[in-house]
Amino acid sequence: MSEIVVQKENGTVKKNLTIKNILSKFAPLIGLVLLVVVLTVLSDRFLTVNNVMNIARQSSINSLLAIGMLLPILTAGIDLSVGSVLAISVMLMGVTTVNMGSNPFIGILVCLGVGSGFGWFNGILLTKLRLPHPFISTLGTMNIARGIALIITAAAPIAGFPYMIQFMGREFVGPIPVSFILVIAVYVIFHIFLTRTQTGRYIYAIGGNPEAARLSGINVDRVLIIVYTISGLMAGLAGLVMVGRVNSAFPLAGLSYELDAIAAVIIGGASFLGGVGTVWGTLIGALIIAVLRNGLNLLNVSADFQMTIIGAVIIAAVYVDVLRQRKNKKK
Amino acid sequence: MDVETKSLLEIRGIKKSFDQNHVLKGIDFDVKAGEVHVLLGENGAGKSTLIKILTGAYQKDAGEIYWEGRMVDLNTPVDAMNIGIATIYQELNLIPQLKVYENIFLGRELKRSGKRSLLDHNAMHEEAKRCLKMLGQNPNIADMQVSRLGIGQQQLVEVAKALALDAKLIIMDEPTSSLSAQEVDQLYKCVESLKAKGIAIVFISHRLEEIRRLGDRITILRDGFKIDTLQVRTTETDYWIELMVGRSLDEKFPKQNFTLGKEGFRVEGLEVEGTQEPVEFSVRYGEIIGISGLVGAGRTELARAIFGADSSKNGKIFIDGKEVKIKSPRDAINSGIAFITEDRKGEGLLLDQKLDFNIVMANMKKFTGKSRLIDLNAIREESENYINELKVRPNNLELNARNLSGGNQQKIVIAKWLCTQAKVFIFDEPTRGIDVGAKVEVYRLMNRLVENGAIVIMISSELPEILGMCDRVLVMSEGKFTANFKIEDASQEKIMKAATGG
Ligand SMILES: Nc1ncnc2c1ncn2[C@@H]1O[C@H](COP(=O)(O)OP(=O)(O)OP(=O)(O)O)[C@@H](O)[C@H]1O
Ligand SMILES: [Mg+2]
Repeated sequence: MSEIVVQKENGTVKKNLTIKNILSKFAPLIGLVLLVVVLTVLSDRFLTVNNVMNIARQSSINSLLAIGMLLPILTAGIDLSVGSVLAISVMLMGVTTVNMGSNPFIGILVCLGVGSGFGWFNGILLTKLRLPHPFISTLGTMNIARGIALIITAAAPIAGFPYMIQFMGREFVGPIPVSFILVIAVYVIFHIFLTRTQTGRYIYAIGGNPEAARLSGINVDRVLIIVYTISGLMAGLAGLVMVGRVNSAFPLAGLSYELDAIAAVIIGGASFLGGVGTVWGTLIGALIIAVLRNGLNLLNVSADFQMTIIGAVIIAAVYVDVLRQRKNKKK
Repeated sequence: MDVETKSLLEIRGIKKSFDQNHVLKGIDFDVKAGEVHVLLGENGAGKSTLIKILTGAYQKDAGEIYWEGRMVDLNTPVDAMNIGIATIYQELNLIPQLKVYENIFLGRELKRSGKRSLLDHNAMHEEAKRCLKMLGQNPNIADMQVSRLGIGQQQLVEVAKALALDAKLIIMDEPTSSLSAQEVDQLYKCVESLKAKGIAIVFISHRLEEIRRLGDRITILRDGFKIDTLQVRTTETDYWIELMVGRSLDEKFPKQNFTLGKEGFRVEGLEVEGTQEPVEFSVRYGEIIGISGLVGAGRTELARAIFGADSSKNGKIFIDGKEVKIKSPRDAINSGIAFITEDRKGEGLLLDQKLDFNIVMANMKKFTGKSRLIDLNAIREESENYINELKVRPNNLELNARNLSGGNQQKIVIAKWLCTQAKVFIFDEPTRGIDVGAKVEVYRLMNRLVENGAIVIMISSELPEILGMCDRVLVMSEGKFTANFKIEDASQEKIMKAATGG
């Protein structure tokens, strides 16, 4: 994926665009297209404007979490806390706007601020306390954030948010959900950030070889803190969309959402070893999961069985990637 | 080829390409028991690729491989090991967290009795010690964790690993490129004793002196073709170079003398980790300073301390008489210091990123405009300039660094630091693994840097290049300077004596 994208910008033509190369580069996209074709054949309710917009809406929360998750994964890290951070962000937004009756804009700022704050905290744990791996620091934060979210209202949900706050998760422009427009805008910004800004490129450098990055004068700690802060910010934003969708905030919101986010990133071709992965791959990964869920629902497949299938898809997607890399090496 | 002496290994018509890049275009050669067969060729000529095919790491596209007269298929490294081919790759392949003896027996651990029984640590230990002794190493390092050894010693552990295999053919891909003079001597002795035992050796090297000293026959590759196989004893070195680069090379060390200017760089009272004595030296404009010494003498540590890569105490660094505060590599780069590290894979490159990004990553701000976006076209242009200047092959910016040959990777690391437009360049083993032609390019580049008003410091274990290119040489031993020669007064013997603490 990445090569093609970069090339388009450079305006040059890839020299060895063999069929095989294209196949392996666009494997996730091809997977998505195949999935759509199969589901269209199996269910006549699948490929309708209504349903497609439905998928767009359903995918938006995970898409936002996944694009945040891409950054830690690019640095060979992980952020397990996003689901819980989503919950604490929306709960505090609920407290400020519903319980305390503050201006909705302040509520939105609280939501995004709390998300970023927890993300920043993850970054500090990793870089200043030097906890050995973000798996550990974010596992800790995951529990802390969820715990606080439950404590705030003694586990009670908060409902009745002002329209301003619900706007993003609820409204449509024509047939298109605002949340999906938001997703596309966020992804475009991330794409520019990762390919065209210094910090974005440094994220790849740190994931590829942290020592080489440090010796090249890159402030590794600063970049990592930014990475986790952004991941937290995306959790807050995903929370905002969620509140609009369900018109309430509840302490168990986003429970185990981090897993779908990680799955989307990995299905989209990012490497757990860091340094490899793209924005558009991640979007496709998130769409694959959403399409799969939606299609299986239309086909009346039970939730338990859906879980099994999604697990199999994750393994299959990563295996395709492994095959591709092996082919590159040997051939 | 004479039919009388049967070849241990013979290959015919080996071809290999990566995508559209045809790397090997039909290679024939053979190795006899007890001979040292050298492969010589420019960076990217296909030497490493050829031996990776012989060790089952890559699959050939066409051609045949015969082992003791029988055709064999080498599909995996284990196949090659089983028939008796051991390999020491160009890039180290040890597991840093494991002990030396565990690395030596990795994958074929000795057991107490049957296949499923417990590991026999004592036996592995003893055998590892024996192999290390054969290499003239302190056998007690068998117990040390590999990460605590320097690159030179790690390389010798790789050799010990091959010895422990009892291989009939040992392939060595630039085994001496990271060893100190002393370790190199040990390796030579070891190669000679292996040869006397009837073991065949395929030896890849860019060091012509050692080829002359060790080699029996030499096969020269160029652009994926085998040019010729010659007897080492009856042919001239210059002739090899001519076959290898396709033209003759005028001078190996294009030393240029410039008028000495004022002092531009000074280090005072710097305490390098692990030593007590503070280090002091200065460099003037117009001169190239060499820092010589054995591997482990503390030269790299000194450079890292100057560069802020490791924490150091008390040191003062002056550029143009003004003190600069360096606490991190970033400070160093901002003060105009570049440090071309010796371990290109571990400290230099982003292996899975494209060449242009590798080249500009230490100076991204140069390509970041007011819009805060980086200018991809400017990056490409600048990278292209460096790639052409340093003759990187293949000259395709879209490649990932991983897919370049070792010598070409080294050139990318050099390009990265040129791109920082620093004032002070500290080169740590800059010509390691690069071919004779490219070495001359690097030396010319140093000349140009000095001419344009940069300070150049070269750490090197290769005495000929120190003597050939530097104006002054500082010799280090056990973390302190033991000599400071003007180049007219220096000689290999004097430097070696100072390096061994004498
Ligand atoms: N995995 C790979 N994918 C694509 N190209 C490769 C790969 N490995 C090697 N190459 C290319 O094959 C060519 C030969 O590389 P090789 O490593 O065999 O050179 P070499 O003769 O060993 O050079 P050096 O003296 O620099 O070590 C180079 O052009 C290199 O870019
Ligand atoms: Mg090589």
